Amino acid sequence: MTPKKLVIVGSPNVGKSVIFNTLTKRYVTVSNYPGTTVEVMRGKAKIEGREFEVVDTPGMYSLSPMTEEERVSRSILLIEKPEIVLQVVDAKNLERMLPLTLQLIEAGLSLVLDLNFMDEAQKLGMKIDLSGLEAKIGIPVVATVATEGKGFNLLKKRLAGYSQRSAQSVDYDQIIASSIREVENLLKGTYPISKRSIITLLLQEDAEIESLVRLKEVQDYPSIKRIIQETRNRYSHPMNYVFGLYRQKKASQIADLVTTPSSFRNLGPGERLSRWMMNPFAGLFIALLTLFGLYLFVGVFGAQISVDFLEKVVFGRYINPFMIEVVRRTIPWHFLQNLFVGEYGIITLGIRYAIAIILPIVATFFFAFSIIEDTGYLPRLAMFVDRFFKKIGLNGRAVIPIVLGFGCDTMATITTRTLETKKERIVASFLLALAIPCSAQLGVILALLAGKPKSFSIWAGVVALNFLFMGYLASRVLPGEKPLFYMEVPPLRWPKLSNVLSKTYSRVEWYFKEVLPIFVLASILIWAGKITGVFGLVIRGVEPLVRGIGLPSEAAAAFLYGFFRRDFGAAGLFDLAKRGGLSGVELVVAVVTLTLFVPCIAQFSITIKERGLKTGLAMVAFIFPFAFLVGFLLNLALNLLGVKL
Amino acid sequence: MKLSDEAEEILETLWISAKEKKQNVDLNYLKLARDDPPVKELLNLGYIAILGDETQLAGRGRKEAESIVRRHRLAERLMLDVLDLKKELMNEAACKFEHLLYKEVEESVCTLLGHPKVCPHGKSIPRGRCCGKMDRAISPVVSSLIELDAGQRGRIVYLHGKNDKELQKLMAMGILPGMHIQIIQKFPSYLLQIGQTQVAMDEKMAEDVYVRRER
Repeated sequence: MTPKKLVIVGSPNVGKSVIFNTLTKRYVTVSNYPGTTVEVMRGKAKIEGREFEVVDTPGMYSLSPMTEEERVSRSILLIEKPEIVLQVVDAKNLERMLPLTLQLIEAGLSLVLDLNFMDEAQKLGMKIDLSGLEAKIGIPVVATVATEGKGFNLLKKRLAGYSQRSAQSVDYDQIIASSIREVENLLKGTYPISKRSIITLLLQEDAEIESLVRLKEVQDYPSIKRIIQETRNRYSHPMNYVFGLYRQKKASQIADLVTTPSSFRNLGPGERLSRWMMNPFAGLFIALLTLFGLYLFVGVFGAQISVDFLEKVVFGRYINPFMIEVVRRTIPWHFLQNLFVGEYGIITLGIRYAIAIILPIVATFFFAFSIIEDTGYLPRLAMFVDRFFKKIGLNGRAVIPIVLGFGCDTMATITTRTLETKKERIVASFLLALAIPCSAQLGVILALLAGKPKSFSIWAGVVALNFLFMGYLASRVLPGEKPLFYMEVPPLRWPKLSNVLSKTYSRVEWYFKEVLPIFVLASILIWAGKITGVFGLVIRGVEPLVRGIGLPSEAAAAFLYGFFRRDFGAAGLFDLAKRGGLSGVELVVAVVTLTLFVPCIAQFSITIKERGLKTGLAMVAFIFPFAFLVGFLLNLALNLLGVKL
Repeated sequence: MKLSDEAEEILETLWISAKEKKQNVDLNYLKLARDDPPVKELLNLGYIAILGDETQLAGRGRKEAESIVRRHRLAERLMLDVLDLKKELMNEAACKFEHLLYKEVEESVCTLLGHPKVCPHGKSIPRGRCCGKMDRAISPVVSSLIELDAGQRGRIVYLHGKNDKELQKLMAMGILPGMHIQIIQKFPSYLLQIGQTQVAMDEKMAEDVYVRRER
């Protein structure tokens, strides 16, 4: 017997993932939905002796998608023909979430409704009459406190023993109702959801559904289109507003009947902390504190303590000597030995870098980021910085890719696609490429400037100034509408360790799949470049530039390697500085230039993939000379002012 | 001098045709002739000009026409938002009302309604003198959310979205006519409470939510 498919849907922040994790203990896979970067989790579950395939979908607010996430969730509902759909809602916000329930019922899906966070609702003094609600909308209703595992017995019973009842949906006015009747008679094809639902989406100008209907109703499409057009013309408001009002009216009616509203306002410790986070003064303090904590955990524990241990002890004492021995014995030719264990060898450089330096930094960063994400701090930070971000052509939402950029600029560039306007996406990817050092690079830079607070402040100041100034300029120069900012602010919650760990794991796994091959490739390229003498030529080409900003010629190699990995470059400088090859001023100039300098190969290729070849190349064509110009000016200024570092 | 109601209707039609539908109008279309009294009245005042088949607004007629359209649409808002009239009745009542609304009264009504930007049909309301000054001598019954202070509550009366997408975003956050809303804070961004949901947004979006103040 093939397993039944169970799809979990609901708005963001209602606890879908926790319910998914509780139902599916085995064989969970995370994969990108075809053609997107949206992650979809799938797993197997045995519920009351029956096999289910369970799918966890990204958050959706309605059947009319606004974001890529919502589009994926709807596609899953339309294409994968689930036997049962479980809608999870936040019990506290039943009135706001019922419109989606009504839409899913209208679509003819076999729906079970789960009111999650029942404990939070009760704490607020809300009472919800579950059997009343069940009777009123005609689908099975259950209540859970997913984080504590409460309510799952009944939920499982309802899922396994699902039986269709006559469910209640929305009533519309005469005009819409008669247009639904007319078009229903014309729709001859078979559809994954009810015809009524298809027609309401047509009326709401849903392009995807329009092309589906055009495909299936070759003959009658013109008449369908005419009826739809005429109906739309009779309303002065956009149709999604009209439908939204009808759904909300019905939802409020139902909610009024079955809930006793909360009698007092929630001003517990969580709420008070939440207000502080968004307060102009306390908020700034909390943001700085968070950054400092992040620095301690990632910059000190990850980039210094863990890296030291892995690099010096694990690789330095055990792996490298062992591999060198093995390679020397099995490969007789010296130049081939170098490919694996030479100065830039695949094992001694590529893999050592990936595992001993990058892994601890990236893993600690993603761990910390997942905790921050799960507490619900990010939307508060976004709201806090929005006014300021508007000045650099972004909106508060962009704080997520920018903060993520301090972990990995490549991954951050991918997430810029969640930004709404093209202009924001370009500005954000540009700033990521120019002025946001990734955790790997940051780790080495912090080590370089350790114990030199003056140098550190000059570096941080110049880079931050560039970020602000170039963002401001880009927002002025680039055409495009001003972005709007809106975001739901979920209550602050304690992160769940298992959730944090699984998120960190999947991010680190992604990072490795993408990055390890590039490291190996970079080692091979550097090896080949050195053997053929191509590198020598390129380095000689870069040398005048490097001397132009007052650095010794040896630094040229660092800049070239910097393109393969941003931190290769920084590490090159590190070696140079350790040998005493750089004066204080030279060091700061070199580090600033390298930070601004072109992104690494991975980020470069992702930028081109996401923003297009022309935009990607234009960015590099600007950043390359610009980084050297800033280096030149900084060197000039420091020398003129006679700054000693 | 007060224009006749019929003359005002003609000016209104001409203004809407020229400004919003971008088309010219001839007298036949209006089922009027050159020597009908209201047409003569307007010609004598120099408010309109007839060139061949085309009838156009001229001179002070333009200002006058704009003001009539403004009064009609303000009247519609008044009917719907304050008097809670049914939509079917609204247009008819507004048609009569526009002729009764004098300049001073018009400004008061506009202020009372919080200087609305669109009529209930989504057409824009021409701005008046009072809108520029944002007069608040009369405390408005309905106003944009940004006119409220932190801590104040209101009931959402309508949304004035610039486009479909923006409306849909507001609706997704649970911001819909009829819902109760409270402003928690206004700086650095707006923080709103609707039911048990908190939503953050910028001023541009909050501006488009019109509410009736509540205690």
